[in-house]
Amino acid sequence: MRTRTFVVVGLLAALVLAGVVSYYASGSPDGLEYVAGRTGFLDTAEEHGAKDGPLAGYGTKGVENERLSGGIAGVVGALVVLVLAGGLGYAVRRRGPSGDLHGTERT
Amino acid sequence: MHVPDGFFDAPTSVATGVVAAAGVGIALRKARTELDDRTAPMAGLVATFVFAAQMLNFPVGAGTSGHLLGGALAAVLVGPWTGILCVSVVLVVQALLLADGGITALGTNITLMSLVALLAGWLVFRGLQAMLPRRLGLVPVLAGVAGAASVPVAAATFVGLYAVGGTAPIDLSTLTTAMLGWHILIGIGEGVITGLVVGSVVALRPDLVHGARPALRARTLEIRTREEAAA
Repeated sequence: MRTRTFVVVGLLAALVLAGVVSYYASGSPDGLEYVAGRTGFLDTAEEHGAKDGPLAGYGTKGVENERLSGGIAGVVGALVVLVLAGGLGYAVRRRGPSGDLHGTERT
Repeated sequence: MHVPDGFFDAPTSVATGVVAAAGVGIALRKARTELDDRTAPMAGLVATFVFAAQMLNFPVGAGTSGHLLGGALAAVLVGPWTGILCVSVVLVVQALLLADGGITALGTNITLMSLVALLAGWLVFRGLQAMLPRRLGLVPVLAGVAGAASVPVAAATFVGLYAVGGTAPIDLSTLTTAMLGWHILIGIGEGVITGLVVGSVVALRPDLVHGARPALRARTLEIRTREEAAA
């Protein structure tokens, strides 16, 4: 499989997970939240500074449909991560072809 | 395992912020040794995948869920330093854009999930790799074991931090038992997902898997020996 094909297929899979499959994720509190609730320090959590943001809490402000609201938040979040991490990856990489197929190079 | 604002006192949040900044700073310099023109696209792909997978909470027992942390996964796929950058980007976007994980707790979350979980997973992976035969088929298995181990290590680190700078007077032995118990279970999920994803990439493009390089080198040497023997 060509690298470009591989990356595109991988990204599409990630966007489907974030945009569609995430709707079916468990809504139960995660391990830390559950433990905090049971041992009695969950109430020390403060209101989130960005709670009024357009995508806060994995929901899209102004979109009533729950499936769509979560899906948009997931896809937009994933694309922002892609731009930032992808840009970072290109910015810090060594320039020029690696020359060694198996990546044995050390610098 | 996203820590909200308010769980830790200010000195602890500042201290983990300094640790996080230092860790990411080192990763920025060292990621250069892992990324070239061929592997650079993997950084964006891995970060995006970790973000998506973190949305998929899976149930663990009654009323609790867990989700992938993705540290071991990222480290095996793109190398530990690039992996730290990937998971840190995910945590920053989650905190600022999706209000998941406190903003003053960002340093704590980067320390726990991007540095501790990831480096613990990477050390387990590398340790096992050094002891076992360098076979490509083992890479997903070792990645899975590393993923499973990384979650309780992060949970234990959380307890350690809470002992120093938690804002509520909580009995530490109760907290330790609860955190480790649940996160050992969540770790099993982490291990399974990590193993499956690494297995898929190894099956399609083993040359793009950072942690598969020793196995690929061993395989290359084996083939050359046979060719020489035939000639």
